[in-house]
Amino acid sequence: MITSFIVHDKADTVGVVVVEDVQLGKDLTGWIMETDETITLKSLDPVPLGHKIALRDIKSGDTVLKYGHDVGRAAADIGQGRHVHVHNLKTKRW
Amino acid sequence: MAGYEFYGYRRENGRVGIRNHVIILPLDDLSNAAAEAVANNIKGTLALPHAYGRLQFGEDLELHFRTLIGTGCNPNVAACVVIGIEPGWTGRVVEGIAATGKPVAGFAIETNGDISTIAAASRKAQEFVQWATEKQRERCSIEDLFVSTKCGESDTTSGLGSCPTVGNLIDKLDPLHVTTCFGETSELTGAEVVCAGRAASKQVGDKFMQVFNAYQEVIDRHKTSDLSESQPTKGNIAGGLTTIEEKAFGNLQKIGRKTKFIDVLQPAEAPAKGPGLYYMDTSSAAAECVTLQAASGFVVHLFPTGQGNVIGNPIEPVIKLTANPRTARTMREHIDLDVSGLLRREMNLDEAGDRLIDIMLRTCNGRLTCAEALGHREFVMTKLYQSA
Repeated sequence: MITSFIVHDKADTVGVVVVEDVQLGKDLTGWIMETDETITLKSLDPVPLGHKIALRDIKSGDTVLKYGHDVGRAAADIGQGRHVHVHNLKTKRW
Repeated sequence: MAGYEFYGYRRENGRVGIRNHVIILPLDDLSNAAAEAVANNIKGTLALPHAYGRLQFGEDLELHFRTLIGTGCNPNVAACVVIGIEPGWTGRVVEGIAATGKPVAGFAIETNGDISTIAAASRKAQEFVQWATEKQRERCSIEDLFVSTKCGESDTTSGLGSCPTVGNLIDKLDPLHVTTCFGETSELTGAEVVCAGRAASKQVGDKFMQVFNAYQEVIDRHKTSDLSESQPTKGNIAGGLTTIEEKAFGNLQKIGRKTKFIDVLQPAEAPAKGPGLYYMDTSSAAAECVTLQAASGFVVHLFPTGQGNVIGNPIEPVIKLTANPRTARTMREHIDLDVSGLLRREMNLDEAGDRLIDIMLRTCNGRLTCAEALGHREFVMTKLYQSA
């Protein structure tokens, strides 16, 4: 089974797509590095290589977790399987 | 794990270089033309033109001298010709480099003009290059090695693969008494508390936080936005990085999982506490950071990239690695080590770290990096504020 996305930490709310062909509605297999677990997810957006995908529903204003740490605040509601990037995630700094 | 060795050039002060450059170093912008003319006359020499050196003052001037002197002192440099517009500051750089015991000579343009200066400096450069080319490499222990790291045009694959590969190397080489260095102060924003926790003592951690907070003040004073497209860069964002916090945690993977940093260096300051990992206060711009690390004496650089930064340095070989399969495919002439197999789970981090050690030692033994073969020689001085 091809690993389509990778998650750093069990607590993370986003994963990183590591293949070049994630289209809308695709069943994806992911790998959580911290725990060496395999998980599955359906993409609800096309997500380019290197971009993030929501692992669960995230509410506007929620802290987004990656590496098990705070990497910013959701600027909109983000559904599980949606593309997470500058349109819906903002820095809390600067 | 023991038994790593390489073949380098042992210099007069005992430090070991992996290259044998004779450099023509301009003190100031006005002297670039003469320096480049000398390097054109005398084959095997290398001019390092840059933009500054006039009317600087205070801490900014000190950094200018520290960078030039440190560049000449780097053990990858066998001998050095310094050219300046006037003899006073030229002599200050010559004296600083002469402290290493290596051959160095200064030439001033005022009262001589470019043509006579170029003639006299060319005669000295020829003497230096013929002397230097008889130097032989000798077997050296891994603890003679000074390794710096900084990443560029990062994307999310940097935090997943290429930066942790550097971290694996550092965790393996730190117990072998290798001297290593990371920097990029603004690029730890969001991860600064975690970084401070990696200091070897509370005192060193406090010193890091002081440097970090001072850099934040500079950003706060000048910023007109949240810095999106500058930090993270437009390339970072294209590669999937969204916020500075996310970029910072990826960046921090380069220091591994257990190695502690033992001191905080000013820009271009030479490490003075013996082997170990050092933090240096630097900009996160690739050429500025690597120029400072080279000026503080590091001889080989490890550069993880995501989207494909092409930087090199004139005196410190820059080894590039990427975990991005598209970058490895489309920019292969820039990539010394492809670790994209980490993302396909075809190799593990331990194997990737071993491969990086292997390519690093081969580079130390003389293999040209991609950036060297392609002629990348970005020498960029850091300027702290306006000149007078």
